[in-house]
Amino acid sequence: MTNEELKLTIAKLCSSAEFKDGAQFLEVIVPAADLHHLCRELRHNGETAFDYLFCLTGVDYPTYFEVVYHLDSTRHRHVVVLKARTASREYPVLDTIGDIWPTAYSHEREVYDLLGVRFNNHPDMRRLFLEDGWGFPLRKDYVDPVRIVER
Amino acid sequence: MAEYREIIFNSDKIQTDDYFVNIGPQHPSTHGALRIVAKLEGEIVQSIDPVIGYIHSGIEKMCESLSYPQLIHLTDRMDYLSAHMNNEAVCLCIENALQVEVPERVKYIRTIMDELTRIASHQLWWCATGMDMGAMTTFFYGLRDREPILDIFEETCGARMTFNYNVPGGLMFDIHPNFQKRVKDFIRYFRKKLPEYDTLLSGNVIFKERTKGLGVLSKEEAIAWGVTGPSGRASGYSCDVRKLHPYSAYPYVKFEEKLATDGDTFWRYQLRIEEMWESMKIIEQLIDNIPEGDFAVKMKGVIKLPEGEFYQRVESARGEFGVFIVSDGKKNPYRLKFRSPGFSNLFVLNELVKGVKIADLVAIMATLDLVIPDIDR
Amino acid sequence: MGIRKKRLSEIESNDSPIISTHEGGSIVLANLDAMFGWARRNSLWPLTFGTRCCAIEFMAVGASRHDFSRFGNEVARPSVRQADLIIISGTINYKMAPVLKRLYDQMPEPKYVMALGACATSGGPFYYNSYAVVKGADHVIPVDVYIPGCPPRPEAYFYGLMQLQKKITKDRYYTEKKLLKSEKLK
Repeated sequence: MTNEELKLTIAKLCSSAEFKDGAQFLEVIVPAADLHHLCRELRHNGETAFDYLFCLTGVDYPTYFEVVYHLDSTRHRHVVVLKARTASREYPVLDTIGDIWPTAYSHEREVYDLLGVRFNNHPDMRRLFLEDGWGFPLRKDYVDPVRIVER
Repeated sequence: MAEYREIIFNSDKIQTDDYFVNIGPQHPSTHGALRIVAKLEGEIVQSIDPVIGYIHSGIEKMCESLSYPQLIHLTDRMDYLSAHMNNEAVCLCIENALQVEVPERVKYIRTIMDELTRIASHQLWWCATGMDMGAMTTFFYGLRDREPILDIFEETCGARMTFNYNVPGGLMFDIHPNFQKRVKDFIRYFRKKLPEYDTLLSGNVIFKERTKGLGVLSKEEAIAWGVTGPSGRASGYSCDVRKLHPYSAYPYVKFEEKLATDGDTFWRYQLRIEEMWESMKIIEQLIDNIPEGDFAVKMKGVIKLPEGEFYQRVESARGEFGVFIVSDGKKNPYRLKFRSPGFSNLFVLNELVKGVKIADLVAIMATLDLVIPDIDR
Repeated sequence: MGIRKKRLSEIESNDSPIISTHEGGSIVLANLDAMFGWARRNSLWPLTFGTRCCAIEFMAVGASRHDFSRFGNEVARPSVRQADLIIISGTINYKMAPVLKRLYDQMPEPKYVMALGACATSGGPFYYNSYAVVKGADHVIPVDVYIPGCPPRPEAYFYGLMQLQKKITKDRYYTEKKLLKSEKLK
């Protein structure tokens, strides 16, 4: 599918999605509530068939966290980037998509470990790299005067 | 006595409990600092839980405070066995964002270096796989053939492993005058030596018996778990970034994307051996045709990426390596994420080892070709 | 240093083991310290404790071209209880540090530690701005020899190994107490 066709399909599935053109891939900003539903549709719809999640990461912005999902289709070879924003920075929470792409479970654990975004319905929401009790280092306001030597 | 015998032979009466075996983080077959907690029933693995982070060094956070040319040297230290591809991914991402076209000479040299790195990486993987399954000789054979490649690297960029040879806009310096001759010598040498690998290990009956049908990964599973590289291709999943999204000089060369259908340990092994043959083919096509020209384009003193998000994927020796840069227009990235192939490949391990013997866990893990700093970053 | 031929009159105390050849055979002459040092330095069994790139270079050192068995450093042991030299080849972070400490504690005496590469020496490329890396393995366990490089070349490894061997030769196990006493008297 071309980006235009993808846009139409996604707009049909989720009316409140916002699109951003001119970037490298088609970027879609999805409301957090519709994320799981949209992902399921995109995965199982024969026309889109996004079966390969190749990157999942989080970005810290001043007022919210954004989790970025890079999706690829091994059948149609088109790419879409979904972005979901958390409602607040204090209690960042999103739905897990690990039941759709199992690789997301581990990536979501990474996002939780480094950014502190929690995922609903995730079966195993533990720290991944760091031990319990650490802060969330990829947040912009993370400070650690003991361990970090600033330059 | 009779009671005991009854209890022993009538196993229903024995109350068994699951027990856990901790492997690592200091263990010879975990290839670094990986810890695996295996839940066993007798000798059979029920499930495993990989515990990582023993070599986590916060590279992504460090990158946020470094400028673009500075952060490239950190990518060497992630997947040190495919350091050149990691460098290249960042450089390509920056070049694409700035819409800089690098000279043809750079593309050729980068591709040749990529493939040499891939061969060196697979050789080392072959050593380690043999050792994990108890064959010490592979260690000496593999590292013997790796040294000539390291000599070429050393002559070209001054380092044996962590090169930092790519810079945004081209290469750090031009190739050595001996480069072409030495690469050709190496290819001639290695074409003779690679069949030895087959005689020693791939053709070995014990090895075949042990690996065939072990740890089978289906194509659907491979896609769903994001398993790429030779591990994914062994399951029939065509995921070679060099073919799908060609970069550098890969559009100019003819090579085959090797695929298998079985998806077991043996084929994950075999595909890497075949990839070495393909890599040699690619190098042979390029080595005589390196065009004359500059080895780098002049970039600005301070490289600033335009505002936006950029993603670049390359095929590293272990699979699809991705760089995701979020830029806010400053000289250092706002957020930088490395999509490392090992990370996805590791977490499929739990699916592969269910019901196998604990000794085979090591064999399966070896053919996934895990490099732990690549996973931990 | 090593075994060398010497006349009886040339023998000094605190020297390496000496073979003096006479009619009908040879005599090995040494004090116990020198004998122990000589034996220990020539059969260092390293622990394979590899975390990052330096571990690969350590493998290369063990393979056929560089071949560290020339130095008696041959048998790389996966178990710490059979080793007498930890070669910290790679980054140590805060999660790994207790593991390293525990490995060191489990090691039988006499034990030696070598910090291979920039990360183990000082944190190396991860010194600044990294929240996870210990800035040098000597914050965790005492280190005998530091080898610079990222990763060090095999030749650098050998130089470090020879420095360690020199250090072991100079170690005193029996005369130490006496020396201390005599120093106090002064």
